[in-house]
Amino acid sequence: MSGESTYVPKSRVAKWLESRLPVGGLIHSSFVVFPNPRNLNYWWTFGGILSFMLVAQIVTGVVLVMHYTPQSGLAFASIEHIMRDVNYGWLLRYAHANGASMFFLALYIHMFRGMYYGSCKAPREVLWLLGVIIFLLAIATAFTGYVLPWGQMSFWGATVITSLFSAIPLVGDSITTWLWGGYAVDNATLNRFFSLHYLLPFLIAGVVVLHIWALHVHGSNNPAGIEKKTAKDTLPFHPYFTVKDGFALVCFLVFFTWFVFYVPNYLYNADNYIEANPLLTPVHIVPEWYYLPFYAILRSIPSKLGGTAAMFASVFIIAFLPWLDTSKVKSAAYRPVFRLFFWLFVACAVLLGYMGSQPPEGGYVIAARFLTVYYFLYFLVILPLLGRFEKPRLLPPSICDAVLGKPGQAAAADANSMEAHAPGQ
Amino acid sequence: MRHGIGCDIGFAFGAVLVAALASIAAEVLAQTGPGPIEKQGQPNPPRQEWSFYGPFGRYDQAQLQRGFQVYREVCSNCHSLELVAFRNLADPGGPGFSEAQVKALAATYKIKDGPNDAGEMFERPGRPSDYFPWNFANQQAARAALGAAPPDMSLLAKARTYERGFPLFLIDPVIQYQEQGADYIYALLNGYTNDNDLSWNEFMPGHKIAMPKPLSDGLVDYADGSPKTVQQYAKDVAAFLMWAAEPKLEERKRLGFGVLIFLIVYAGTLLVVKKTIWSRATAKAGHDMP
Repeated sequence: MSGESTYVPKSRVAKWLESRLPVGGLIHSSFVVFPNPRNLNYWWTFGGILSFMLVAQIVTGVVLVMHYTPQSGLAFASIEHIMRDVNYGWLLRYAHANGASMFFLALYIHMFRGMYYGSCKAPREVLWLLGVIIFLLAIATAFTGYVLPWGQMSFWGATVITSLFSAIPLVGDSITTWLWGGYAVDNATLNRFFSLHYLLPFLIAGVVVLHIWALHVHGSNNPAGIEKKTAKDTLPFHPYFTVKDGFALVCFLVFFTWFVFYVPNYLYNADNYIEANPLLTPVHIVPEWYYLPFYAILRSIPSKLGGTAAMFASVFIIAFLPWLDTSKVKSAAYRPVFRLFFWLFVACAVLLGYMGSQPPEGGYVIAARFLTVYYFLYFLVILPLLGRFEKPRLLPPSICDAVLGKPGQAAAADANSMEAHAPGQ
Repeated sequence: MRHGIGCDIGFAFGAVLVAALASIAAEVLAQTGPGPIEKQGQPNPPRQEWSFYGPFGRYDQAQLQRGFQVYREVCSNCHSLELVAFRNLADPGGPGFSEAQVKALAATYKIKDGPNDAGEMFERPGRPSDYFPWNFANQQAARAALGAAPPDMSLLAKARTYERGFPLFLIDPVIQYQEQGADYIYALLNGYTNDNDLSWNEFMPGHKIAMPKPLSDGLVDYADGSPKTVQQYAKDVAAFLMWAAEPKLEERKRLGFGVLIFLIVYAGTLLVVKKTIWSRATAKAGHDMP
């Protein structure tokens, strides 16, 4: 669909370049005339927001590296040097630290949107898998990045998470030693985490290119969950979606700005303003908020190996979603029963996050276990069975009908479904 | 009727979630049992009014100067302040000492320097570019002399906090509450309320504190006529430590307001442009959009 380029280079330079490397045509067909479903709602703006946040993280990160020292005796002080002596260093660091949280917030919204509207399903499975790879890379990037300030939580977070690998039978201890580059988290660990933290974002950027490539094969899914058929179903990417994505991005930046300038340490653990001390364990070792649901799953299993396996399973199971969700209908707008289970799943994920932030004792553990069971039931039992037993509502014949609410065949039957009727604004 | 068994199962799971929530609530209500060390019966520090709170917050220069005096005359006997240089005292958004004052102050400190051409270390008067020296050669020396190593004070106001709990922690980013550390320090300095036990502190986890009561009324002689009370000292030194930990706070909040206004206006403009452009699409489709 993105193939047919209508780009005609005007200037001599553009003509010269286009006949040698048709990059102008590629950009023109992908981001100017690309036909997007006209009914996309604001949940579809988070892809653009994520692209912006990735670039923002790379730019602030590259500048921060100019002043940072990846050495266990100097790292903590070099961060404070950035905060106190580098021009706008405080802004760079707060933007980078909070930017990671914003990236994950946008990423989770983006993923939940893909689940709700069935964007992960055929013919977009590879698109979804590439997204899962980006998610995994983002987890690794944020984890290695959090270690770099070499505060108490950096050190002990790294110790706890890398120690999980020691639960693997036979080779566990060797793997942990190999990860650490020694017999404890130390300077060698910091150095390699720094190296990886600089590498991984560029891998993410590469996979993002593949992600967009895969996206443009069939184009975006949409709130109706039916494929575009005629030109009436679509609008060109520019100006309709550039301006809409732009507006959403600026709104998101207002939110981001609030955190950076007014509550920059709200999402940061106070213990990380204490320099790493291998002899003093913090009372609570709590990861960053975006890991908390998985951390809660880890702790809800009363066995180190079992907990570790459950945690990794809870992440990797997301990759199988296109095949676990067996319903032929994509959009939740036409799946009333699925909608209920989906929102329960969202509530379950949020509550798991809360459990992960609390001490692992008493009612918190019991609640976390219930929630863990639901987390896996949702993927392994509810989704496969729902596809068989749920009776979906009738789909509108086309996106255009869904948008304009034409009293077509069955389109208007679903009066409750705002998504299906939202004129995409 | 139309929903059938799927919905029933859904509600069953909803009930399970509610049960999970209820067990949390029960746990929270039954917090009297032995909990984590933070929750050994000590109350949360009460919130104080700070001049640097909120979107237009500014440090009170006179307060920072008084707080510095408390630090210098009391705290610095044991605590280091290794990330703060003398020159910082004259930085904008700080205590507002003059260059000359800073120079004179720095000169009253002895700084170890060297080696000189003879290969020997020597002591010289401090310069504004020097960092605050510590009374102890190292952590071990401090521990040997005091029984415990006092934490460095440069970041103390950001390195200390307390649990706000649900639902307050959701409200904090909205009301911009970022002064937990200052509140904690203030509460701690006023928390020596057991006259029979000098290492008892109301706000310390387990009520056991290694630092004996550091402040008493009249200990520091303020020149500006402020009350010479423990409360006043505690408030001033907590404000000073907030500045030491977050010296760019004023610049941050000032710039942030500008950025925020710009973005909001920009967003408003984009919304108008967006609506205009999208109304074309509607017209083109030849329908009256609701």
